[in-house]
Amino acid sequence: MWKWLHPYAKPERSYELASTLLPWFAVSSVITLLIGTIWGLAFAPVDYQQGESYRIIFIHVPAATLAMSTYMAMATAAFVGMVWQLKLSDAAAAAMAPVGAVLTAIALITGSAWGKPMWGTWWIWDARLTTELILLFIYIGIIALHNSFEDKVLAGRAAGILTLVGVINIPIIKYSVEWWNTLHQGATISKLDKPSMPTEMLIPLLINILGFALMIGALTLIRFRNEIIDRNSMRPWVRELVAQESK
Amino acid sequence: MHFESLSDFFAMGGYGFYVWLSYGVTFALLITLTVVSVRGRRNLINQIRSKQAREQKLKEYRKGNKKDEPKA
Repeated sequence: MWKWLHPYAKPERSYELASTLLPWFAVSSVITLLIGTIWGLAFAPVDYQQGESYRIIFIHVPAATLAMSTYMAMATAAFVGMVWQLKLSDAAAAAMAPVGAVLTAIALITGSAWGKPMWGTWWIWDARLTTELILLFIYIGIIALHNSFEDKVLAGRAAGILTLVGVINIPIIKYSVEWWNTLHQGATISKLDKPSMPTEMLIPLLINILGFALMIGALTLIRFRNEIIDRNSMRPWVRELVAQESK
Repeated sequence: MHFESLSDFFAMGGYGFYVWLSYGVTFALLITLTVVSVRGRRNLINQIRSKQAREQKLKEYRKGNKKDEPKA
């Protein structure tokens, strides 16, 4: 495996791989998101309790779930970067942070717009909402640290420490609806139990989760390529790339 | 199709404002992130290009100075 893997520690090879994967992720995410969203908005049946307002679930749940997954992926990359001093790993972590921050913001805003008609309030300082807001602040802190050092190795280390400390927040978000009393409903889908929603609603939701995941992949690849170019701007292959792009 | 008419669809059973607000904000944020990320690449390449041009100029200037030295 290492023999197969180690060429990708070279920035140039990683850049090429990212460029090859990018169009596939981009096209498939747009198609999947279109199908899932149109299905969810126009074809899924109405909820017997929440009426049509529940249709916010088709973006709220994918954004919220994957904001946490993205965080874990970013933390893994940051950990690898710190332990094995792999610069590309830091670049990947830096690429993921803004994507995760936007997902968290989407989860908060759509949750708010869903809470107003259902709970009667845009915001309440309960466990789930507060920990999700903290997640957004941690993401912003990580982005700020990545950008506040000229030396990218130093920046990666500083942001990496914050990233690893912030991991503690993820299980707290996940279990906040079980540990504390909250207005927020419990999980709709889980690995162990049967999903608490009918199949006609579940399928578009799962399609949109897949679509969001693919989109996160595409955005991360775009930003990862930028990070590689930025960190290797003096290398001959980047100079060549710039020369080619100028034509 | 779940809805009877297009106006039904936009009304979302009275929850239209909240549903379309959510979808609108999501779409706007995702598009913004995509545009910023794609533009980031162009900005980087322009930056590197102008840096290279500056270095090239500096090199030529130094070369020119060296030629002038014996005369001076």
